[in-house]
This record gives sequence, C-alpha cells and structure tokens, in this order.
Amino acid sequence: MKKIVFGNTAKFTRRKFIVGSAAAAGGGLALGFNPFGAIGEAAAQAANGGAELGIWVVVKPDSSCVIRIARSEMGQGTLTGLAQLVAEELGCDWKKVTTEGLTPNRNLAAKRVWGNMSTGGSQGIRQSQDYGRRGGAVARMMLLQAAADQWKVLVGELTVASGVITHAASKRSTTYGKVAAAAAKLTPPDPKTIKLKEPKDWTIAGKPMKRLDTADKLNGSKVYAIDVKLPGMLHAAIKASPVFGGKLKSVDEAKIASMPGVKKVVKVSDNAVAVVADTWWRAKTALDALPIVWDEGEGAKASDKTIAEHLKSGLAATETNGERIHGDAKAAIAGAAKKVSATYSTPFLSHACMEVGNCTVKLSDGKAEAWLPTQNLEASLAGLSTASGLPLAQCEIHRHDLGGGFGRRGGTQDYIHQAVAIAKAMPAGTPVKMIWSREEDQAHDFFRPISICEMSAGLDAQGNMVGFQMRLSGQSINAQLNPAGIVRGKDMRQLQGYYEAPGDAQLGYTVPNLLLEYAMRNTHVPVGPWRGVNTNQNGLYMECFIEEVARAAGKDSLEFRRSMMSKHPKHLAVLNAAAEKGNWGKPLPPGVHRGIAQFMGYGSYSAATAEVSVSPQGKLKVHRMVLALNCGHAVNPSQIAAQVEGSVAYGLGATLYGEMRVENGRMVDLNFDTYEILKLAEFPKVETVIVPTHDFWGGVGEPTICVVAPAVLNAIFAATGKPVRTLPIKDQKLTAA
Amino acid sequence: MPKLNINGRIRDVQVEPDTPLLWAIREQVGLTGTKYGCGVAQCGACSVHINGELQRSCSMRVSDVKPSDKIVTIEGLSRNSSHPVQKAWLAVDVPQCGYCQSGQIMAAVSLLKKNPKPTDKDIDEAMTNICRCGTYQRVREAVHMAAGNGNGTRARSADRASRRS
Repeated sequence: MKKIVFGNTAKFTRRKFIVGSAAAAGGGLALGFNPFGAIGEAAAQAANGGAELGIWVVVKPDSSCVIRIARSEMGQGTLTGLAQLVAEELGCDWKKVTTEGLTPNRNLAAKRVWGNMSTGGSQGIRQSQDYGRRGGAVARMMLLQAAADQWKVLVGELTVASGVITHAASKRSTTYGKVAAAAAKLTPPDPKTIKLKEPKDWTIAGKPMKRLDTADKLNGSKVYAIDVKLPGMLHAAIKASPVFGGKLKSVDEAKIASMPGVKKVVKVSDNAVAVVADTWWRAKTALDALPIVWDEGEGAKASDKTIAEHLKSGLAATETNGERIHGDAKAAIAGAAKKVSATYSTPFLSHACMEVGNCTVKLSDGKAEAWLPTQNLEASLAGLSTASGLPLAQCEIHRHDLGGGFGRRGGTQDYIHQAVAIAKAMPAGTPVKMIWSREEDQAHDFFRPISICEMSAGLDAQGNMVGFQMRLSGQSINAQLNPAGIVRGKDMRQLQGYYEAPGDAQLGYTVPNLLLEYAMRNTHVPVGPWRGVNTNQNGLYMECFIEEVARAAGKDSLEFRRSMMSKHPKHLAVLNAAAEKGNWGKPLPPGVHRGIAQFMGYGSYSAATAEVSVSPQGKLKVHRMVLALNCGHAVNPSQIAAQVEGSVAYGLGATLYGEMRVENGRMVDLNFDTYEILKLAEFPKVETVIVPTHDFWGGVGEPTICVVAPAVLNAIFAATGKPVRTLPIKDQKLTAA
Repeated sequence: MPKLNINGRIRDVQVEPDTPLLWAIREQVGLTGTKYGCGVAQCGACSVHINGELQRSCSMRVSDVKPSDKIVTIEGLSRNSSHPVQKAWLAVDVPQCGYCQSGQIMAAVSLLKKNPKPTDKDIDEAMTNICRCGTYQRVREAVHMAAGNGNGTRARSADRASRRS
C-alpha cells in the first residue's frame, strides 16, 4: 500500500498557488490544489475546468464528478467498479460520474501518488478499494466543510445525497458544483483517519450499475491501440523466429524491394524481421513474400512427444521444487483398504486476445512515445525507456483500453521492444505502428504452462480418504518471468490452490496424510499467466481426482467433499450454494448428468455444478452451469456475473478445444481454424450465485475459471462412467454409459 | 483506382485489387470500428453489410466489390447508436472489452433483418462471432430484446443474488 501524505503547508501557500494554477488551466474554477508538490501544473490542467479535491476526484461546476482510475480496463469492469467505490464515499450523483484514466507519466511525475498501476492477478478492485474509497471520502468531507463554512454552521449538521448538501435546520441546500471551488481551498483531511461507510449502507457500490464504458463500444468509435492514427505514420508487420530461441540468419530484401508501399526491411534484435510499408496490409503482404532463413537452434528438436517425455521424467524423479507435507501419505495409502491412482495432463494454451499484439512508437527530439494495449502501464513506460535508451521522464505511454488481456499483457513488454527497434530504423519523428498477424500472435505468446499430474489416494474400510499423494510435473511461470519467486529451488506458485495458509488459494480439504510435490520441468516454450493461472490445472487435477476417489468410495460427490471440509467453512458454504442452486441430488431430464467442483484462488472461493449430456454418437452438450462465488465484498453484481460468464467461455473453450501443439520446435495452431474458440451456440446457460460474506476483499476476474473444467469433466464422468484425464476433449471419444 | 460505396459515400481507395476489404476500410477509408481478429473469416470481428448481406470483410477482396455495392460498417449503422440492436446492447450491458462487438452487432442486425423473431436455435446458428471475454449470454439476451421477445430470456440471477445478500 502506498503512503498517502497530505501536506499541511498547503494552507499557507494556497492563495498564491491558486492564482498561478488557475492561469495555467485557463481560468475558471481550475484550482489545482496541490498537496503533493510534485504534481504541479500538469495536474492543475488535468482538472480541466473542475476543482481537484484530493487526488482521486475532480468536481465540476455542474456537479459532475471525474473519478481518476489508475488500473487498466480490458473488459473486466474494474473501471466501473472502482468508480462506484469512490462515488459511494463521495456521495455524488452516480449519473454525473465520468472517469479519467491516469497515465504512468503523470503518476511518475507525482512520485507515484496514485500507486501501482499494474492490472493482473484479479487485484484491480481489491488492491485499489481502500485508497479509492478514502479518496472519495476526502472529497466529500472537503465539500461538506466548504458548505458549512459558507453557512457558518457545524459540518455535522449537514447531510448529503446525490451531490446535494442540505442543512435541514435552516432549510438550505446547495450542490457539490457550487461549493467545489471553495472546497478546493481547504486542507484535505488525512485519509487514514476517515471512517468509511459500512458496506451494508452502500447505495452505489454493491449495486448492479451499468458499465460506464459501453457507449463507444457500440458504434465503432472506441479507439484501441490498434486503431491509432498519427500524421505520417508507417506500418510494420513482423515475424519472429517460429522456433523459440531461434535466430534470424538472413533475408533476401531484394525480392520484395519493388513491392507496393514497401519502405524498409528491418532486422529486429537477433531473432525477428519486420517490413515497414505505407499500410499494414502491404507490409504483411511483403513480409509473407520475403525469403527468410532462420537458424532454428536446439529448440527445433522439441515436439509434443519430447516435451511429454520431459514432463514424465518429473514424475519419476525424487527431487522436488515445492511441496506440502502433512503426516505420512505414502504409508497411509500403502496401508489403506482401497487405493485409487490416476494421471492427468493439460496442454499449452494461448491467450488469443481479440486485439492482436500491436504497438505504435514515435521517436523524436529526445522523446519516445508509445501506444499499446498493456495491463501494466508503468512496465510499459519502463520498457519504452529501456528500449529507446531515453530516461523515463522523456518517455510517454498513451493509455488505451485493451481488446482483451487475460494475463498476456502484464510484465512482459515484448511488443514495445520490437516496435522501438523498428522505429529506430526509420527517420526520426516517423510514427510506426507494428501489428502482429493472428498467426504471429498465436506463435509468440507466453503460453499457459503444460503439466502432468500423478495422484494416489487411500480409503479406509468406511470409504474415508486417509491419505492423498500428488506429484505434479510441469513448467514454471516464475522460471520464465520471475526467478526471484523461486526460493532455494522451491516454486510454490505452481502449487497454487493447494496451500495450507488461508486467505489466497487455500486447499479446502483436510486430509490426515497429505503429500503434494512439484517437479519443475521447463521447456523452450515461453510461459506466463493465463486467466486463473495455475488454479486452472491444479483445480482440474484435484477436483477430478477427488471425483474418482468419491466414486471408488461409493459416496455421493457432494457428501464426500463435505466430509473433508468441516475446517473450511467458507469453501463449504460456496460449495453448498452451488449445490443448492444447481439442484444437486434432484432429478434431471433423461440423458443429462451433473458434476460438481470447488476450489479457491485469488482470495475468493468458487464452486460450480455442470449439467451435460453425451449423445449416442458421443456428442457432448453442456446445458447449464451454476457458479457460486464468495469474493467477500461484491462491488457490482452484474459485472461479477459478467466475469463469471466470461470465465465459463474461456475455461470451457479450453476444456473442449484448447491445445497449442508443438512440432519441430514451433507452435502448430496459428489461427482459429485449428485453435478453436468456444462460440455462442456452445455456451451453456450460466447462473451466477454471489454469496458474499462481507469480511474480506477477494478477486473476481480469475477465481471462478478453476471450477469450470472440473465441474464439466465430472459431469462427463457421470454421463459416461469414465473419467476424462487429459485435455482438450475434442479428439477423445466419449461414450454414453 | 477502385471505388467503394461506404456508409453512403463514394470513396477512392488506392490499393491493389486483391487487398482485403477490411484493410481498405481500416487503412484507406479510415473507419476503424471494423476490426481485424483473425484474417481467415473465423472470428467475425470484421463483419460488415454489403447490399444488406452480412460479410466477413477480411476475406473479401476489394476487387470483389462493385462501386455500386452498398457497404455499411458499424459507423454507418445508425445515427447516435439509435439502432434497436445498439439500444438493446446498451440496455443489457453486453460488451466487456468491446473489441468484437462491432462484428457481433452487425451480425445481430443482419439476423433480425431476415428473422425478426429468432428462436434460441436461430441465434445459435446466426451468431458465430468469437468473443474471448465471453459475452455470449448477454448477446443472446440482447438479440431477444431487440427482437421484442420480452425483456430478454432470463432474469438476472446475479441481481437476485445481490438483493438477497
């Protein structure tokens, strides 16, 4: 949490400052009160005709309120949710709320007063809610104080509703807009001392408000980074070595020199080549025609088969890269009345954001600018600085909402490095927009890691699980992107969802003897976070195997789980909510079967039921899913439901179709013809049950995806009598029992 | 020089005849509401209407289009987003990231023009555009709403949950 310090000296210098900043902002009410010397005139101008009250809120004369947003918006609804939280404490008229996206440059210039701008790990709301609500409250208190001062009454005698301040005793009222200018002259209260509203008293937060960012998505006017137009702009298409780790050996530029619109062939780093042309289509056409020779290197020997063998070696090995041990699972299983064993696996997956990778860069006069879709604006700024060789202060990131993120566009700033390299090869001041083709986007992702998982369980004579053993072998995200996250060879991130510690990703079962081990087996394929990250595979492994164990014990899937959850009441409550809404135990239409699963990630508890049928021809249909979620506080139930529905689309699509195959060291599935994506016709009826306990702040964007695949697979098990142990389902023959 | 009739205006486009219509629309005409998603007619983000027919513009060449063919893009669908489909999209809060929504809307408009009262099955068959955010349930609801098939197909379970809590 960043430190918010409100300077007391502002009071003494106020009058002088107002004159200067009002002039800078073009007069009017732009007071630009500046408790943080570093913000300066830029912020005063940014107030744009309004009064800046604290750092998060600008109030205009017509009482409309601009709420500043630090996090990226990529569809997940964080922008609206954060605005609701700020507006709740501000007490303004929700209909008069607009938002302003902060840029990393402003944040840097203000000594990062707006905090961390990264948007990942389902943290957009939960890591911003406290400062946002306090920011709204600061502004409200300043506005009320200004009215009290004007009327010479005690501030405690005032009430506020929808931006109208009332003094009941004297029957006077005024608006936020009318007192904003006076309010901006006051010293803001210390946000740390403010008592925030109880969630039960919320009237804006906690309600299914419409999104604030829909209008320009309906008529084509929204400008994504890929849509940016700049005077004199050129366009680049790029191809990196299709084999990871390969190098560019040579290109035959002469072959394309006379093609229409071609300006230049640019070698990018040592592993890629770009063609710059007057339009992107011409650049791409020329690139496709360009003879390229790659030095493919060692990676070219890798294939699905060699990778699978490599992962299997992790099952047989004895060393571990992370474990959780309780009791003696091996002995318990060896001495058990009944033993169950199974091996599961999941493949690499691409993110396939609808907006392909792109970045526009302009380098001129000691200045570097970039336009790109990014989940981490500050990492983009740093990347631009590194790539351009210019100090941060001479770099500028232009903010755009993203056409999808899903974890692809966080810390890794590969687009920006490529685009800067291309722009450097062109005359100074020439903006160049680099766009990846869909094929390039599929070929050069940071993929969801591949893994294989062997599990055993022992049951006593009564069918109770007395021991559980797992050995998980697969690729590490930290090894790729965050080596510091691996401590003394242990990478606990790969055991996400299996933790003993409560709060984030705790396993919801108590087993007397437990042994969970991770064996790191990295490949040459780059990996990274993919919506839900390791809870996807880990939730599937655990919950599908538990289903096998429950059936071996001859017990009901729900009851078997419940019997191990008494020490995990929050997990259990969510499971119960899904079971109740999912009509667990109640009759289904002929041929329809049910499955259930529960798991935890990103500080929230999830459970799901799925109803499926398998036709005599083996065709699978997912009819209905119920997803239950306890995310602590529910800021916007409608958008939470949207995220849950989204997690079903992303998770079910991966379950049915998702697989990035590797052949000769490169990705095989380069477009949606073979990397199939779930479509509307296959989308089941999804019902979201939000069961918030209002005692913590959990994530929303990622938590529920981890129960989608196991609930569906467990329903298929019910329908066919056979477990599905590897994904995707598409090439497997299902036979109705 | 090829001529295109886009949203009621004749536009000269300086491109090779085999240039995909999508890229002529985006790069020559400058209308960027029509999106590139896959380039192989799989995702539908590039959907436009040509003489009232839904077409995936990434897989049509400029030379396939006659100057008399009337092309309508998302920008030309209505004034002020006033088409019933756009209104329904707003009412149901369909978009998430929004990138595929131009194509979704163009597909829905085309469906409703041919079939003013589509069933769920009709919607399944017509709405084949890819959305990675997973807005499908709301797309279905908004199509029904635009068709006047009651207030969508379902009550919002999440809204009910929020009231209960």
